Formats: sequence, C-alpha cells, structure tokens
Amino acid sequence: MALTLLRGIHSNCFRLYPAVYVARKHVRHFRVRSSQGQTAMQEKQQTQLKASPKSESANCPYNYGAHPNTSVCPVCMGLPGALPVLNSKVIESAVKVGLALNCKLSLSSKFDRKQYFYPDLPKGYQISQFDIPIAAGGYLDVDLPVEFGGGHRKFGVTRVHMEEDAGKLLHTDNGSFSQEIKTFPYSSLSYQIYCAFIITFTVLFTPNQDHHFHVDLNRAGVPLLEIVSEPDMRTGTEAAEYAAELQRLVRYLGVSNGNMQEGSLRCDVNISVRPHGQEEFGTKVEIKNLNSFSSVSRAIDYEILRQAQLHSQGQADQIVQETRLWEEGAQKTFTMRKKEGLADYRYFPEPDLPGVNLSEEYISNIRDSLPELPETKRRRYENMGLNMQDVLFLVNDINVAAFFDATIATGADVKLAANWIMGDIAAYMNNEKLSIDDIKLTPQELGELIASIKDGTINGKIGKEIADPSEIEKIVDKVLANNPKQLEQYRGGKTKLQGFFAGQIMKETKGKANPALLNKILLEKLNAKP
Amino acid sequence: MLSSAETPRLLRSPAALTFKCLHTSPILTPASTSPSPSQILTNRKALLSRQTSAVDLAKSLLHRLRRYEPQLSSFLYVSPDDIVLKQAEELDNRIKNNEEVGPLAGVFVGVKDNICTRDMPSTAGSRILENYRPPFDATAVRKLREMGAIVVGKTNMDEFGMGSTTEGSAYQVTANPWDLSRVPGGSSGGSAAAVSARQCMVALGSDTGGSVRQPASFCGVVGLKPTYGRVSRYGLVAYASSLDVIGCFGSSVADAGILLNAISGFDNFDATSSKQEVPDYASQFVPLDYMESKPLKGLRVGVIHETLGNGVDSEVVSSVRSAVSHLEELGCTVSEVSLPSFSLGLPAYYILASSESSSNLSRYDGVRYGNQVFGEELKSLYGDSRAEGLGSEVKMRILMGTYALSAGYYDAYYKRAQQVRTIIRNSFKDALDKNDILISPAAPSVAYKIGEKKNDPLAMYAGDIMTVNVNLAGLPALVLPCGFDGGSAGMPVGIQMIGAAFDEQHNLSRDVRSPCPWVLVENLSFVRERVTES
Repeated sequence: MALTLLRGIHSNCFRLYPAVYVARKHVRHFRVRSSQGQTAMQEKQQTQLKASPKSESANCPYNYGAHPNTSVCPVCMGLPGALPVLNSKVIESAVKVGLALNCKLSLSSKFDRKQYFYPDLPKGYQISQFDIPIAAGGYLDVDLPVEFGGGHRKFGVTRVHMEEDAGKLLHTDNGSFSQEIKTFPYSSLSYQIYCAFIITFTVLFTPNQDHHFHVDLNRAGVPLLEIVSEPDMRTGTEAAEYAAELQRLVRYLGVSNGNMQEGSLRCDVNISVRPHGQEEFGTKVEIKNLNSFSSVSRAIDYEILRQAQLHSQGQADQIVQETRLWEEGAQKTFTMRKKEGLADYRYFPEPDLPGVNLSEEYISNIRDSLPELPETKRRRYENMGLNMQDVLFLVNDINVAAFFDATIATGADVKLAANWIMGDIAAYMNNEKLSIDDIKLTPQELGELIASIKDGTINGKIGKEIADPSEIEKIVDKVLANNPKQLEQYRGGKTKLQGFFAGQIMKETKGKANPALLNKILLEKLNAKP
Repeated sequence: MLSSAETPRLLRSPAALTFKCLHTSPILTPASTSPSPSQILTNRKALLSRQTSAVDLAKSLLHRLRRYEPQLSSFLYVSPDDIVLKQAEELDNRIKNNEEVGPLAGVFVGVKDNICTRDMPSTAGSRILENYRPPFDATAVRKLREMGAIVVGKTNMDEFGMGSTTEGSAYQVTANPWDLSRVPGGSSGGSAAAVSARQCMVALGSDTGGSVRQPASFCGVVGLKPTYGRVSRYGLVAYASSLDVIGCFGSSVADAGILLNAISGFDNFDATSSKQEVPDYASQFVPLDYMESKPLKGLRVGVIHETLGNGVDSEVVSSVRSAVSHLEELGCTVSEVSLPSFSLGLPAYYILASSESSSNLSRYDGVRYGNQVFGEELKSLYGDSRAEGLGSEVKMRILMGTYALSAGYYDAYYKRAQQVRTIIRNSFKDALDKNDILISPAAPSVAYKIGEKKNDPLAMYAGDIMTVNVNLAGLPALVLPCGFDGGSAGMPVGIQMIGAAFDEQHNLSRDVRSPCPWVLVENLSFVRERVTES
C-alpha cells in the first residue's frame, strides 16, 4: 500500500520547507534498539491498539521502527477524499481502561475535531473527544515503594478520552541551550504540582527552529487514549509512581505494551507552584518529552525548583504559560513554545464519525472479562502475609505475578515461592536478560522444588551457595550420566527438560548451586556434541 | 457517429447545440412525444445483440465529446482515446467470446473532478490540487468500473463544490448547452452540461446544497441526490462532510436509477455510509405500455407551499404547477403542505457548510501534496500556498466558517444552525409522514447569464433556497425537467421530488407504486410528455 502510495503521489508529497524530503540516512537514527524477541511481542500488542481511525479496513498497520512514511495510507496522509473509520477495538480498550480507573462511562459520547495547523498533523485537525469524553471522574490507587517512604495514595483521574495520534517530527540535530539554573533550597516555599498525566501525545520537537526537520506520518491516525489526572501529586516521585501504575494497568489489561521508549505510553505534565500561604496556584507550565519514569520524576523536581527559585527572587511573573521540553542530556527543561493567550482550537463535532453509543450490557460484559487488576492483586498478596516490598515486586510485572499465582496454586508455601522468584529466579532472569516466560523452569517444577525443601527431601535451609564451576560441573556430569534417557530426549529437541536437569542438580546440591552458573554449565553440557 | 436508431432521442434538443453547433448533425431528432428511453438499457441491448460494437460506440461518443467541448468546456480532463478504446475493445472481445459482461458494460461515464480517480487528475476545480493524481479510486468510481463502466473524463465544477454556476472553477467556465451565454448551474455544472449535450451517457456529481439538482434543472437533465449515507463518500473530496453526497446525472430517470443502484451500499471506508439494503431500483421500473390509466393512484403528493411564492419566477411556478396537475390526472392525491421552517434553511446551511469546509480544507497546506509556495518559515509556507492555491469564494467560506466556529461565536452561529437543522429535519419528517413525496421547483429561476451573479454572492446563495433544506434533512430528491421558461424556445425548468429517507422507505413500499421518487421512473416521464404536448 505504502509503495503504491509513494508512486501515486507526485514527487514533492513529503516536502516540507525548507526542502525536506525523506532521507534514508536519518532513519537509522530513530530505529528500534530492541531485540527480535521483544519486537515480536510489540507487534502483537500494537495491532490491538493500532486499529486506528483508518483501520477496521486497515491497510497500514503501525509498526514501531518502520522506515518513515512506509506505513502510510491515504487516510493517515490526509489525502483528499480519505475518511477516518473507527475501530471498535479502540472503544473496547477505552472502556476497559475507564472501568479499571473506576471512572463513570458515558453511554453516549462523540468525536470532535481539534483544529490547528502543524506539519505533523496531516488533516489540519486532530480527531479527539472534547466535551463528552468516554470516561470521567475516576481514580487510581498507588502503593509507593518502600524506599520512597512507602504509603498508599489515591490519585484522581479527571477523564479518559479517545483520539488519534499525529505524525512525528524528526529533527536532525540538537539545539544548543544556555539557560542555567542553580540548585536552590526550596524548603522555604510550599509548592503544589498540578500534574496532568497523559497517556501519549508527545511531539518530538526541538527548540531550535533553524534547521531542517522531517515529517514521519507512520503513526498519524493511530488511535490512542488520553488519560488526564487531577492535580493530586506533590512530588516527582509520586507522579512517576502514578505513571508506573498506569503502565502496569494498560499491560494488565492488554490494551497497550505501555512502552515509553517507543512512545506507546507518553506523558505530559503540568506544574504550578504556589508560595506558602497563597491560596491560588501560579501559572501552570506544561512539560513534554518525558520518555521514562525517571525523566518524569526528575523533570518535575527540576521544574519545581526552577519555579520556586523564580518565586523566591520575586520574579514569579516570569513563570508564563508555556510548553517546556525536558532535555535528558542537560537534565533541564527549556522553553519549546510560549502560548499566546488561549489557543482557540475551534472544536466541533466530527461529521465523519458516528457517535459512540455503549449499552449497559456491553459494559458489563467487558467488566466481567477484566483481569485481576494490580491494586486488587496487591491487596490479596498483602492479605497472604507478604510484606509490601514483596507485593510490589511480584505485582509489578503481570507475567511474574502469573508465575507466582501458578506456583502457589500447586500448594507451594507463599513466602518461599516469593523468595525464590524474587531471589534466585529474578537474579537469573536479570543476568541472562530473560523474561519469566523465557525461562525453562515451570511453576509446577518450582512448586515441587519448594515442596521437596519443605518436607526435607532436600535441605530446607539453602545454605552456602556452591559457586565453584568445577564442583558444579562434576555434579552436572553425574546427573547427566544418571539420566541418559532424558538426555537423549533433550538432544532430540525436548529442550524443556532443561528444567528437569536443573531440578535434579538442585536436588543433588540441596539447592545450593548458583542458579546462573548451574544453568550456564548445564546448557553447555546439554548442547555439547555427544 | 451513431445512427439515429441507436441514438437516445432527446425530448427536445438543447437549442444552442441545435442551432449553433449541431445544425449539420443528423443525430438529433425533433421534439418527441415519448419520454427519453434509457441510454444504458438501449446500448446494452444493442451491444449484446451485436447490433453495434463497444469500439464504435466509444468512437462516436469521443468524437461527439471532443466536438462540443470547445463550446461547452464541460471537461477538465478527457481520457486519451487509446485508453477508452482499449477498454471498449476488451468489452467487445468478451461479448464475442460469450463471456459475462458487467451490468454497466459499455456505459461511458463522466466523473465530477472532486471524485478521486487513480488514473486521472482530481483537482476539485482548484489550483491547490493542480495536477494532483490520487493513488486510489473513490468507492463509487471503483464500483462503476467493476461493473464495466468506462470513465471518459473529469468534469468541471466550482472549486471544491462551492458555487452554483461552475464559474467558480479555477480553470474554465462551462457553458449551458441550451444557451451558451448562460451558466450550466453548479457546482456539478460540468457533469450536467456533459450529459445534456450527450458528451457522456451518465455522470457522477456531488450534492452538498443542491449541486446536482440545480444544474440538472438548468441543463434539462435528470439529477438524483441520494439519501445521505446511501452512497459512500470515500474518495469524494470533502466540502461539508455532514451534507455531501455523490449523486447521479442521466438523460432519463432510468439511467439515473441504474447509476444509483451501481454506486450505493455500505462501505468499510466510510463510517457514515448506511448498511441499509440497496433495492434494485431498475427492477421496479414499469414500462409505459403496461400502465393502467391512473398508474399513480394512491400516491400522496405534497406541494411545498413556501416554494411557490415570492422570489420564484412565475414561469417556473406555472411549469411546476402544470406538472403537479398532471400528476393529479395520473391518480396522485395532491395537497399543499407548509414547511414554516423552510426559509431558515439557507442561513443554517451556509453556516454549517462553511464551518465544516473551513475544517475540511485545512489539509491543503502545501506540505504533503498539491500546490506549494516556498516560504522562509512554516507560517508563510502555509499562508502563501493557500493564498495562491485557493480561490476567492473558497477563501470567503473558510473565513466565514472559521468565524462561526470561533470561541465566543460558536453558540450564536454553529450551534444555533444545528438546532435549526433539527427543526428542519423534523418538519420534513412530519410532512413525509402525511405525504409520499414532496414537490418544489429545483431552483427559483432558470439558468441565468454567465457573469450575471458573479459579483453578487448573496444573490447566488439565494438561488439555493429550494435545495439546501433537503441536504440539511439528509433526504433523497430527484430533479427532472418539467417544462420551459418562455415556451419551447426557453430554458428548461426542473421539478424537485423529495422522498423519505431510506429508513422509512421499507415501511412505505408495501405499495408497488412506492413513494420512493426514483422508483417512479417511467411513470414520472409522463410529466415530460404532457409538457411537450401543451
């Protein structure tokens, strides 16, 4: 499709002043850095959310990392005569997220056009939801990590609405910055952050207007959800934890891969500060280009500092309504564009899309199909007697939680299962850069192992670790020699048996073998030519 | 050149062509008393019985097209002869080999230039899309081609459909075949003129506020505006999305009906297209010979009171009234209905259409395609590209629409116009509950002189009074010739018949003499017969 299109449109179709064309050499710069395995996973999940307004009849799936303008069709290019089509999957995702955020759903909402000119906006307007979002008035429960002082927070969610993504501006070099902010003790001011946390919508842009930029329309028209929070966060950490919980939520729900690097989850923050004793908040400033939770946290702390400093110097009037960009390299925010007065987006109902009507039955079907959500899981694990650190670790990744649940379903001791997963297994995963789905150990095997330890078959006290390769090698050789049949099966392709051998070795060493070392040696031996 | 036996006969030939261009042509017969037969059906019969070949048909049509084009300027682009002839040749081979041919095989279609065609430029009559070639066919065009139709060219139009005279084209002014000094109407003036002069058999147009019906009336052909959503808008360059529909031109009601049948139906690419089943309009045509003396008995016809009063030319009123009395003779129950909200339609229409167009035309920014003017910065790239590429009428409507949607004015203009739209929709619904069809003139006057209203946009807008309400209500309407202004030497007058939206059609069609206007096809041709007799 894309190729046809490129042929079909006359030659200057991607031109943007000054004389911009799609230069392949710049492309590499923006390509994926992830491994093959991860890419495959991303595609699956993106297909779910990419759906796109163009797309029930989709002919241009969005693949993160594809060459610029190779995943485009008449719809995302904004060609004359092209029309948007809404994918019902998008509505389903929105309802899921709305329910998971404890929102009230609008049984009848609609789409609107938000109008402005920008090179990454092919139609000159963005299809969004203006006055009637699909969901509103919810909240999100967050348990703060123990290292940040812990505690439970409830952050309000103002609204969840559906909209389409714009394209992406790719810039060729970084602008230079001269602004300096010195560290300033802001304890003398009480401040408040208005943190509007938003899934997606970030335009990559550089403050330096002088150089060329390119437009990549691959993601134009991709559907997304925007989630706006209440101004309930007080520190960068709180905002980052809120963001992390949202990521967890969308992954649990399966509506997005939530990857911030890829832009599947994007975050803009609005911050305003008020001096101690002042009732009203100051001017709010928007920060974009936050590509990780740590940049969310650091950008907010930086911006609080900057605003607090201006207040203390009597220069509060220099805090203006503007969009600032977080520069990771400089660890600072810089002015991207100042907002002159209130932008008039001339919203009006989108005539190309019918209204969105939800039936009570549709909603309750989706509600019934929701998985156990992170907050519920945390409370359940807590009630099992796990401490908050364990709970947060296990719930963080839905696959780890599922592994844990499957392990305790075999009757394994809760605390031991948690310890194994958080200790040896996590260390192994970390060393080998594997996810829990990639390791050969099954929850059943872990359950058996734990049971063996508990009933004394192997030593319950996992004592000093055997970390001497030659000692482990000896045991591995012994186990392989004792199980020739399994070895043959393994070499015949039944690689799952690796877990069996690992279990045997653990049994032999009474669980003391260093797992990473064990697996390394075991694999070498298993895969060695007989 | 066709022999007269195969030629669709004109009820009355367009005067201009008869006297100024066609005086030597043997193909035009004098005024006939029988209604125009279907060109599509006649040609199909001739092709399948091998009386004529598609190549011969194509040659004579192209010859005719090119011959009148210098006087009419109805086409912005004509397909090269060899491409048309190649398609005709393929069709001949299929017929020769007794292979199946599509229902529109050998039908030569003109397509309005705002409907995308992958092999021809699609400029919507605007400089900003000069030489723009879309990479895809509009759904309507794709369907026509799949059924064997041959697209002969792209017809002229007011830029982006904004105008009622076709003078608003950035490229050329089209003349009315009945009088070359007059406008063909608009915005689908090129399509109407081309069908009227038989430069093509049928044509596609688009109707946002009357752009099919008013030129059909001005050029003395049949124009059909389908229910909103009946035909996919995918590939129709948007003017006002909630009002736009692709419509049909034909020299007979049958042709317009057959064309509609071909392009109708739900489309995955247009979320506003309807899943309502498409009836086979053609199968419901009743040949004249089989009709009883009062074939329209029981049909309830409501004449819209507000459309026959002040501001409407007396000749137009009398033509429509005599057509109505003929309908009565054919068995219709005629009554007068009042739509008090009728006059509100015009201002509401111009606010809504301008508002939507201000948004729809934002995409012409010179960035991805179309006319681009280099600028030192982004703002001047946008500004200069649009200043140079868009015409004055288009700019005026963009400004009006931008104003109407601006913060602080939205409630007073856009929102209020939407409320008026609801009132109009409801009043039509009430009137159509009591009547099967509603009748009005298609335009308050016949075709006027080129240049006459060019500098008076309000006078031009006022001419849309008869048609805009139907778009606001989303209803189907058929326009067909019902007489002439100033006797048989004058310009054609069109009558407009408004039906209920397809949603209601099924409830009402228990009667064979369905109220759906285009089902009356041959029946309504009686109107024309009587007109020529009188």
